[in-house]
Parts: sequence; structure tokens; C-alpha cells
Amino acid sequence: MAIEWYLVLSALLFATGAAGVLLRRSPLVVLLCLELMLNAGNLALLAFARSTGTQDGHVFALVVMVVAACEVVVGLGLIVAMFRRRLPLNVDELRGLKG
Amino acid sequence: MEEVVFFAGSIGALGGAIAVVALRNPFYSVLALVVHLVALAGLFLTLHAEFIAAAQVVVYAGAVMVLYVFVAAYVGGVEEPEWEPISGQKFLAPVLAAALFVEFSIAILGTSLKAIGDEGPTIPLGFGSPEAIGTLMLERFLIAFEAASILLLIAAVGAVVLAARKRQDGEPTSSTRTPGREAEEVAG
Repeated sequence: MAIEWYLVLSALLFATGAAGVLLRRSPLVVLLCLELMLNAGNLALLAFARSTGTQDGHVFALVVMVVAACEVVVGLGLIVAMFRRRLPLNVDELRGLKG
Repeated sequence: MEEVVFFAGSIGALGGAIAVVALRNPFYSVLALVVHLVALAGLFLTLHAEFIAAAQVVVYAGAVMVLYVFVAAYVGGVEEPEWEPISGQKFLAPVLAAALFVEFSIAILGTSLKAIGDEGPTIPLGFGSPEAIGTLMLERFLIAFEAASILLLIAAVGAVVLAARKRQDGEPTSSTRTPGREAEEVAG
């Protein structure tokens, strides 16, 4: 398969994730959609690694996975803390930082 | 053969992604993301990224998704209210996402990079194997490796600090909590 196919699929997955971030209001689902976008980026990185025939992109993809895992851990910790304090689990109502 | 694997994997990945966005119940969204990640691991295999595909299944579809399932079960089904703070958000958001996709497609297909039009060069044996990635990570990308491990440590400590129950500022601790409050917490 030509690399273009992988890149277009990656763009499609990224756009789907972005639509989810814009549409959904539950912070849990927003985090899931962020995962979709990060994985689309990983697919593009691996496609380019295949295209150039080097393995540097693989290391980059692994680091992206580590960063995604960190983001998930902190984000889920925040959601649990919000749930314990009985704050609304809705990204539109959590506007304490908005000023 | 490769085409069949690619199209099966891309249908799975795309279907999972759309299901994550479209399903109302967060628990089903998490399960749809597992489908998406496994299909994506299959696509990684067609790109000869064997180690990344294995790490994707073990780390993502295994560990991270278990974390999501636990939190989704703990928080429970969150009712998303129907009111929209931005009028027309339901129509505007897909339009913006479609515009983003069109923009990416123009950038990809209009590029002057000749190399993306074919399958890529012939690769040596052991491309993307754990041995090759490990050598690269511990020699050329050692600093990135160490930075990633420090980041993981900080995230683990941060998650414990965030999710731990506060025992100061007047909140009753578990030893002083009355049974009435306990029942109220269970009900709430």
C-alpha cells in the first residue's frame, strides 16, 4: 500500500477525534477523543518511518505513547477528584478558570 | 493480501473511532476505543512496526483501557445535558472537523514529497524489531528515554496526589465519618 493511504487514514482519524473533542461534554469521553488524535499522530509517524526506511519514527511513537499514558493518568485522577467533590462532570460547567 | 489487511484494519479503526464519538454511554465508548486500538495495531504490523504494535496492544488496549474501564465504572453513566452553550454546536463541530480533514488531505495529496506515493524502500531484516528499537532507544535517544521515564514518575505521583482523599480542611476522615454520611455517599 502506498504511504499516502496511511496518511489520509491518519487525517481522517484525527478529524474524528477533533469532532469528538468539540462535540462531547463528558470529560471522560473528551479524554478518549484525545487518545484518538494521539493515535492518529502515531499512525502518521510510523507511516513516515516506513517511507524513509529509518526507525527513528518508532522511537518517537513510543514516546508519544508514554506521554499519552501520563495524560490519561493525570486526567483520570482529575475526573475522580471532581467526582469526589461532587462537581458537575461537564466540561461546559467547569469554568472556574475562565474568569 | 496487504490491501485486504489494510482495508480491514482501517474499517475497524475508523468504525471504532466513530463509535467512540457517537455512543452515549461512556462505558461503550471505552470498549469502542479498545476495538480501535486493536485494529490500529494491525495497521502498524503492515507498516513493519512489530514492536510498536505489540506495545500498543499490551500498554494501550491492556493497561490504559483497564484504567478507563475502572474510572467509567466508578463515575457511572454521566448524563450529558441536552442544552448547548454554543448554539448550533452539534452542526458546527462536524463541519469544523470535516474542514480539518479537507485541509490535511490537501496538504498530504498536494505535497511535493515524491516518496509518499509508493510503498517505501526495501527495509533490512529486523526492521522495527524489539532489538533494533531497544538499541536505538538506549544509544541514540537515551535522553528522550530518560525524560520519558521521569515524566511517567511525575505523572504517577501527580495522579496519587490528585485522586487521594483530602484529610485537611474540615472534611471528615474515614475514622470519624458517621454511618449516615456513609449511606449518603453510597446513595449519591
